[in-house]
Amino acid sequence: MKSLTLIISLSVALLSTAVSANSDLTQLIDSYQADSSTLPDAKKGQQLWNKKFTGKAPFTERSCQTCHNSNLQQSGQHIRTQKIIKPLAPSVNKNSLNNIKKVKKWLKRNCKWTLGRECNNEEKASLLLYIKQQ
Amino acid sequence: MKKSIIITLVTLVSTAFSIPVVFSDDDRDEYRQRSLGVAPVTSKPYINECSSCHMAYPPGLLPASSWKKIMNGLDSHFGDNAEVDSDDFKIISNFLDSNSADKSSYRRSRKIMRSINEKNTPLRISELPYIKRKHDEIPDKMIKYNPKVNNLSNCSACHSQAEKGLFDEDNIRIPGFGHWDD
Repeated sequence: MKSLTLIISLSVALLSTAVSANSDLTQLIDSYQADSSTLPDAKKGQQLWNKKFTGKAPFTERSCQTCHNSNLQQSGQHIRTQKIIKPLAPSVNKNSLNNIKKVKKWLKRNCKWTLGRECNNEEKASLLLYIKQQ
Repeated sequence: MKKSIIITLVTLVSTAFSIPVVFSDDDRDEYRQRSLGVAPVTSKPYINECSSCHMAYPPGLLPASSWKKIMNGLDSHFGDNAEVDSDDFKIISNFLDSNSADKSSYRRSRKIMRSINEKNTPLRISELPYIKRKHDEIPDKMIKYNPKVNNLSNCSACHSQAEKGLFDEDNIRIPGFGHWDD
């Protein structure tokens, strides 16, 4: 009986963590959407993911794929350090997008490197909607 | 009753004997670390924030002035944006400062400091005179043209215990070439 109670409470705890991480992400996307002039969507996110930008040498052509791979279910590789980057697709990497602080940090850092500026809220929401689907 | 007294006695005696053994193991490990390497990386925020793109370089590889300059230039960190929030910035800066090469008693930190001209503030570990000297006999095919290494800055590709601060020969495995004998 005791062990059954333990199993049930553990499962509830695990489930609620997963649900709260997911709802945090939804909240973040909603907050970006609220500040957007046009409606963000996954399709726009995909276009932005594939779009090429010009940066300083030696990496003059830059896109999200430069380090993350065009297939988000596969690993990427950091263009400068060659360190392997785990897949961003939540379907294969359960840790992807589950930490809001990290999500915000990487959107800031990587938009600045790739686009040469911070992404606006519509772009951030669209990117997250696209990545979330993968 | 008798039984419990015996158990207590046995526990006490065995504890008394085992404690010095444990301590001497720790001492030996610390001696090994101090003489063979630099202090290990212990800060979680540093690991979280700095090891996504590259290995968490032990702070004992650069002097405090270098870490300060690196931390103040995170918006353009060797060409990348690596900004951290203000809380992490303080914690990481303190960790790097208090464990930097000039404040460390570990052997390799001392050697690194001796190799640097005091007027310089080096930013690249791979360009420190001591580090260059230690790697000058290794052919390009093992580092530069080795697809699994690529660059001298990729310490952990060959130094399997690099993040623990250990850089001794026993822990070197060059991908595609194996053990390296100095």
